[in-house]
Amino acid sequence: MTSLFFHELKVQQVLFWRSRESAFFTFLLPIIFLVLLGSVYGDEDFDGIDGSTYLLAGLIGYGVVATAFAGLAITLVVRRESGVLKRVRGTPLPASVYLGAVIVSTLVVIGLEVISQLVIGKYVLDASWPASPVAFALVLVLGAAAFAALGLALTGLLRSADGSSAVVNAIYLPMTFISGVFFSTEGMPAFLRAIGDVLPLTYLLRLFRETFVAEDGLDMPWGSLAVIAIWGVVGFLVAVRMFIWEPREV
Amino acid sequence: MSAIEVSGLQKSYGPFQALSGIDFRHEEGEVFALLGPNGAGKTTTVEILEGYRKRDAGEVRVLGEDPGRAGSAFRARIGIVLQSSAVYPTLSVREILDLFAGYYPRPRDRSEVIDLVGLREKADARVRTLSGGQLRRLDLGLALVGDPELVFLDEPTTGFDPAARRQAWETIRGLRTLGKSILLTTHYMEEAQKLADRVAILRDGRIVATGTPAELLAGESGVEISYRLNGEDVVLRTTDPTRVLHELTSKALVEGRELERLQVRPRTLEDVYLEVTEDQA
Repeated sequence: MTSLFFHELKVQQVLFWRSRESAFFTFLLPIIFLVLLGSVYGDEDFDGIDGSTYLLAGLIGYGVVATAFAGLAITLVVRRESGVLKRVRGTPLPASVYLGAVIVSTLVVIGLEVISQLVIGKYVLDASWPASPVAFALVLVLGAAAFAALGLALTGLLRSADGSSAVVNAIYLPMTFISGVFFSTEGMPAFLRAIGDVLPLTYLLRLFRETFVAEDGLDMPWGSLAVIAIWGVVGFLVAVRMFIWEPREV
Repeated sequence: MSAIEVSGLQKSYGPFQALSGIDFRHEEGEVFALLGPNGAGKTTTVEILEGYRKRDAGEVRVLGEDPGRAGSAFRARIGIVLQSSAVYPTLSVREILDLFAGYYPRPRDRSEVIDLVGLREKADARVRTLSGGQLRRLDLGLALVGDPELVFLDEPTTGFDPAARRQAWETIRGLRTLGKSILLTTHYMEEAQKLADRVAILRDGRIVATGTPAELLAGESGVEISYRLNGEDVVLRTTDPTRVLHELTSKALVEGRELERLQVRPRTLEDVYLEVTEDQA
């Protein structure tokens, strides 16, 4: 079973890196944004954090959403509608091993992306390392897991491959603004902040930023953790109910 | 032993009754063909046998198991060619065969499979660069790479040119010699006649004829004689062609007429098929 898992994981990695769309939009774009925005706003100050570090934490959050949520959902909808998932389901490969490998492959990409961002942030943009690395890693794992669950849920809700990128982008791009990936949400109109207050990315970003500045670890931010976990659990339940292996549009 | 046993199989999609109680038995080592027009229920039947769809009623045994409940171990014993091709476009032929071979407990040699389906020159080409016919052959390769006991081929040669079709038939005959059981759906009667040990003809979710191609052809009339008389086509079906032809030609000679476009041909499976699928409609 383990060797079967690694067999599938290896191919999932090959598939990810060979797809120009996923390699660019989910891996490179968050890094490009970090370099561009960091060079322009790196010396400013947001919410009492230096600009480079603020943006670094924000774009790590962006990368998690782009990869675990948007990238995963689009990839799986395209595979489902083209019949690949159905074909895989007709082999002895257990469904859990397949989905497990797809999700872990996504987490591997996120890991590589975060390492690249941290290194570029530190050595190019003069941002700091996370002050609490352990808390940072735990938040990363929780956030990636929650957004992967939401990505799977979205896969179940999307009906066709054609419109999937449009729908996914229409959900996650506004979310990155409202949740404050690129700038502080302080100056936003009240209704946008109200929306932001229920979005999981808002809390993920808040936690990431705290791990960069809190020297003595986080002060048990149960509220933020709970919001992310609840979204993750809801995503998981919707995914279990809605995920299918056969094309919706026959 | 039977590879597949089906009795009283029913399936409906909402108000549409796709299968209204079908029965057949597919013996081990046979090529069994399901024939019928589009919408007759061929793919529904095959997908129930493969384990993709749940049946509403009836008994189904595939390799001794109930495909509605069977798991990994069952899927390791069957090979599937679905009606439409679906594989990762960015992998090469060799890579995707490697990937699928890894799913099975006792896979066939990958290189042998590449030769079997005639993709040697394309072994390192990305899937997205293959032609439609090559993709279909890759599908067949993927169905065979696990060395299955039973292979499902759902319209495996649709869209092939005549040469490619003949080549595919050779491959399928080769599988039969290896002792594989093969369930084939097709709407090419020539394909069924050339390949199948036994056929079942489906229409509107029912089996309207079943037997060996020879049995289906051994009906009331073995030969068809046709000619043109006063601008009208005349077709005679007879099991006694020598006498009928003799009478016909003597009469024509006496009257000094030419039997225009005179043809004598054996009845084909296609004739039987058209009769049972259209006459009753």
